[in-house]
Amino acid sequence: MPYLVLVRAGWRRWSAYRAATVAGVITNTAFGFIRAAVLMAAINTAGPIGGYDTADAVTYTWLTQGMIMTIGIWRWTELAVRIQSGDIVTDFSRPLDLQGAYLAGDLGRAAYQLLARGVPPFLVGMLAFDLRFPEHTYTWIAFAAGMVLAVVVSFGMRFLVNLGAFWVLDFRGLYAVSSLFLTVASGFAIPLSFFPAWAESLLEVLPWASMVQIPIDVFLEQRTGAALARGLALQVFWVAALLGAGRAVLRVATRRVVVQGG
Amino acid sequence: MHVSEAWTMYRHLIGARVRSQLQYRTSLALDFSVSFVVTFLDFAVVVVLFQHLPALGGWTLPEIALLYGMSGIGIAIADMVIGQVEDIHVDIRSGQFDVVLLRPVPTLLQVMASDLALRRIGRVLQSVAVLVYALAAADIAWNPARVALLPVAVVCGAFVFGATFVLGACLTFWVVGSTEVASTFTYGGNQMTSYPLTVFGPWLRRMLAFAVPLAFVTYFPGLYLLNKPDPLGYPQWFQFAAPLVTAVFVVTAGLVWRTAVRHYRSTGS
Repeated sequence: MPYLVLVRAGWRRWSAYRAATVAGVITNTAFGFIRAAVLMAAINTAGPIGGYDTADAVTYTWLTQGMIMTIGIWRWTELAVRIQSGDIVTDFSRPLDLQGAYLAGDLGRAAYQLLARGVPPFLVGMLAFDLRFPEHTYTWIAFAAGMVLAVVVSFGMRFLVNLGAFWVLDFRGLYAVSSLFLTVASGFAIPLSFFPAWAESLLEVLPWASMVQIPIDVFLEQRTGAALARGLALQVFWVAALLGAGRAVLRVATRRVVVQGG
Repeated sequence: MHVSEAWTMYRHLIGARVRSQLQYRTSLALDFSVSFVVTFLDFAVVVVLFQHLPALGGWTLPEIALLYGMSGIGIAIADMVIGQVEDIHVDIRSGQFDVVLLRPVPTLLQVMASDLALRRIGRVLQSVAVLVYALAAADIAWNPARVALLPVAVVCGAFVFGATFVLGACLTFWVVGSTEVASTFTYGGNQMTSYPLTVFGPWLRRMLAFAVPLAFVTYFPGLYLLNKPDPLGYPQWFQFAAPLVTAVFVVTAGLVWRTAVRHYRSTGS
């Protein structure tokens, strides 16, 4: 099964840079302390905000810090770079589904980064603060499912945005707008429930919430029963919609590719 | 090399960079607008947070906007002028830094002259806009000292952030792959100084006030501008110490850079 090999290759590729991993963990952890301090100061003044008390807020902080690399909130321009350089043609010539191959590599990357970049900051947070852990065992299972779906939703979006490089020569602007949504609309910057009600109800159903906020709601058990099922179903919907859109756009883009001989 | 000579050199080199960017006006205008909107939403998050509280760490929204604006202008200017030093690790790993050493121009000047990303002016303007809002909305009893302190603190802020970028880059001369740690102090420092020092615990506070002296260009002068008492009880002269602290920090960064460059060993390939 070539895709399983690609998953393993994705893992191996990212695990090769140990110093970078350590540096990244230090940075994610330091930012965790900064963000936790701000949220705690806010809640100490105002009392619970948007259904978050202090324990929820610090747990939220350390979960999001662990999710930055796992979900891939920032910096994935690999496909766009290959499109711009023309290397994408090599990908087309492989006897594999292009989207499937990139997804496999990304799952391997996510698995490695969950372990190497996700867990260590969370453990530090656990030692330094009183975090809220799920009361029910099934929450852990739902959280695991939510995380896997979040990675795929994120991949689907990143794949789609990168394909934009077929049309625009300067990918930077597109990338900046995409990063903004990934940061603010996902619930990474602040929990979505901190926003005014109208904004929250809109952001909740957009694909970005499926990448960060929904798994966190599951972990904090703010989504249980029917709401939990709805959340996971929404994630499944976005997986299908984004991967489908990615395939459709790729098909159109493929017809545009002109390969220079030489 | 004399300072005046270095300045002429810098002006020539950077002039070429700027002219090349002005060739693509549409691309530049787009980049510029995107970066303005993106950073604007960054402040919107702070505003959303303040919908739930009257004050954070004893500071109201206009007062926090003052810190945000001062810190934001500082890092945006520093990033524009010298932020490219972050990418020095690429040249170190590939051995390209040899070329920098061969030219009869100071190394740091070459790094500075290698780029001046005009699109980052969008971010400077966003911070200026937040600062203008702060100055209009916050209750400031203007006197000559306050009028003088504000620009001094902002300029010192750009220098301290710039020196922090350089110190972060120095790290990569010794530890390959350590690039990301530097962002703790640059972007992390910017995020911290956008809030009052009172929000943070003693450990983070000391790092910000003394290890990387960003509090001297934001929080302490901010206290004087707003005529606020310091609940942390630091000496009052801290509020005017920005130029002194900045000078010491910038010289230190320069010396560390020099040591780091001497430590550089080419890849040999």
